[in-house]
Amino acid sequence: MQHERSAAVLSNTSLARRAWDIRRKAVRMGKVQGQGYVGQALGVADVLAVSYFHALNHRPADPEWEGRDRFLLSIGHYAIALYAALIEAGILPEAELETYGADDSRLPMSGMAAYTPGMEITGGSLGQGLGIAVGMALGLRAKGNPAFVYNLMSDGELGEGSTWEAAMAAAHHRLGNLICIVDFNDQQADGKSTETLSAEPLPDKWAAFGWHVQRVDGNDLDALVAAFNTARNLEGDRPRAIVCDTVMCKGVPFLESREITHFVRVEADEWQKALSVLDETRPE
Amino acid sequence: MTIQHRYDPHRKYEPRQPGTGGAKTSAMIASLAAEGYDSVSAPFGHALVDTARNDPRIVGLTADLAKYTDLHVFAEAFPDRFYQMGMAEQVMVSAAAGMAREGFVPFATTYAVFASRRAYDFIAMAIAEEYLPVKIVCALPGLTTGYGPSHQATEDLAIFRGLPNLTIVDPCDAIDVAEAVPAIIDHPGPVYMRLLRGKVPSVLRQHCPHYKFELGKAKLLRDGGDALVISSGFMTMRALDAAVQMEREGISVAVLHCPTIKPLDTDTILAEAGRGTRLVVTAENHTVIGGLGEAVAGTLLTHGVTPPFRMIGLPDRFLDAGALPTLHDRYGISTDAMIRQIRGWL
Ligand SMILES: Cc1ncc(C[n+]2csc(CCOP(=O)(O)OP(=O)(O)O)c2C)c(N)n1
Ligand SMILES: [Mg+2]
Repeated sequence: MQHERSAAVLSNTSLARRAWDIRRKAVRMGKVQGQGYVGQALGVADVLAVSYFHALNHRPADPEWEGRDRFLLSIGHYAIALYAALIEAGILPEAELETYGADDSRLPMSGMAAYTPGMEITGGSLGQGLGIAVGMALGLRAKGNPAFVYNLMSDGELGEGSTWEAAMAAAHHRLGNLICIVDFNDQQADGKSTETLSAEPLPDKWAAFGWHVQRVDGNDLDALVAAFNTARNLEGDRPRAIVCDTVMCKGVPFLESREITHFVRVEADEWQKALSVLDETRPE
Repeated sequence: MTIQHRYDPHRKYEPRQPGTGGAKTSAMIASLAAEGYDSVSAPFGHALVDTARNDPRIVGLTADLAKYTDLHVFAEAFPDRFYQMGMAEQVMVSAAAGMAREGFVPFATTYAVFASRRAYDFIAMAIAEEYLPVKIVCALPGLTTGYGPSHQATEDLAIFRGLPNLTIVDPCDAIDVAEAVPAIIDHPGPVYMRLLRGKVPSVLRQHCPHYKFELGKAKLLRDGGDALVISSGFMTMRALDAAVQMEREGISVAVLHCPTIKPLDTDTILAEAGRGTRLVVTAENHTVIGGLGEAVAGTLLTHGVTPPFRMIGLPDRFLDAGALPTLHDRYGISTDAMIRQIRGWL
């Protein structure tokens, strides 16, 4: 099976610029609806930039290409972030951004496989992605397909028992082709994750389950690149976890400094303000 | 191997004009359009606090959804009796069972999809089989969010109706929700209650000033000679609104509100459906499979009561994401859609 680096990966555009573009597109979608999980999108933008513009093998014109690395969005409510990345990567046309969350749009507020090219699974019922990733990794291996499976999950999902059933299965079945990214933004619906149901010491848990684990600053592009490289190139057949500590609303300081909740409230006039703030910090 | 996707890769969307259709959204939290009714804020949370003041057995548990099930009101009033279990629905209901064994009356809250789908086995074995007094109270029942199938509990009643020992309540409005709380505490066994949360319209007493919620009882809210609607949940609000509008066209519609789905008030249903030859229509915020409609149909047939019979409910499919009013109309559970259907059947 053919393996290749996509045009996006090979382009000269910096990852910083990609992350910035993902943030900007997510805010534009939030502005269309006057709402959306934009705090999460801003926080995870760097992780998505490194995923789609450094790590993943994919063909934007053919999102179902058999040789692609599979990227599973377990957290359906992060769809706004993935749509931004899929648009930035050329998998979705930019004009569709204007339909975000509208009736009959291909970009509903929660990510679903049946609606959107490039959306591998239907998320939203949290704690399901990693189990599906285990099956896809088993399936790829059985087919002799060397692609990786990435599962992007949240710290809230660490509370679900199904996550740990899947973690145990992945190690038992020696799924070295599975990479699990945890967006640790220390937030879930009722409050901070560490105060709601603490998963710490989290790297120790993954290690005890038989995984190779790294914990990095999820808003540091260099650290992310290094961690993804390590996860991809690691010898042996342990599954690989990358715990990414991220800051919600990253990149828009006036939102970052407000009281952070699961659903960050943005006033009607603040969407444009957020875009203007981003425009002042546009990287090359 | 190719994967069949339901999306159309060639579909093109025209960018919408700014300012048009901005209200259309598949957001998770949507309010029920209830024009002409006052609303009450967090009726469940306040009723639970009122009852818990005099009943130290009551405790509250949630799976990371206190704020979204109005249980935060209880958590603020009784922080020592509130247990945040994190996003872990299975251990939440198991732990509720454990607390019930130690003499407490636990209220466990999440969304209806996660109780019925993820935690089902734990509810069945740890709670229902042992007839423990755990009250499972769940927001987003049926089609009350436009967020898509992950949050649309279109088959929760079907799942739970098959479970022995479980009492099932589907309240219509703020009065039902508030009055059901002490009633389900008085009931010694396990209960599943569908929750309307946030700002909840106050409907029933506006139509029927002496209305009271009674566990296990259906109530005739208005009489009429052409059709009898047997409904639960907010579909009773739709039925009442439809009946008022149809009266102006000279169509006379009776409404029998049936907030307890199990055990069903078969006496009242048989008496009302057996009166004359009115068209009988069931109306529920649920798939037509396994909910109120089939429960009523089974009751009527087994007792040889066979009026003309129709069902209003959600189709047997995974529903679209979209704005809630759009979806209610698309799937036939808006007031207008209800009127169109009943008119067509008469
Ligand atoms: C199984 C399941 N239980 C509950 C929910 C409701 N819910 C939606 S988001 C959320 C918080 C989950 O934590 P996380 O993804 O870390 O939240 P965030 O970082 O986006 O605030 C919850 C409880 C759900 N979607 N799925
Ligand atoms: Mg989180």
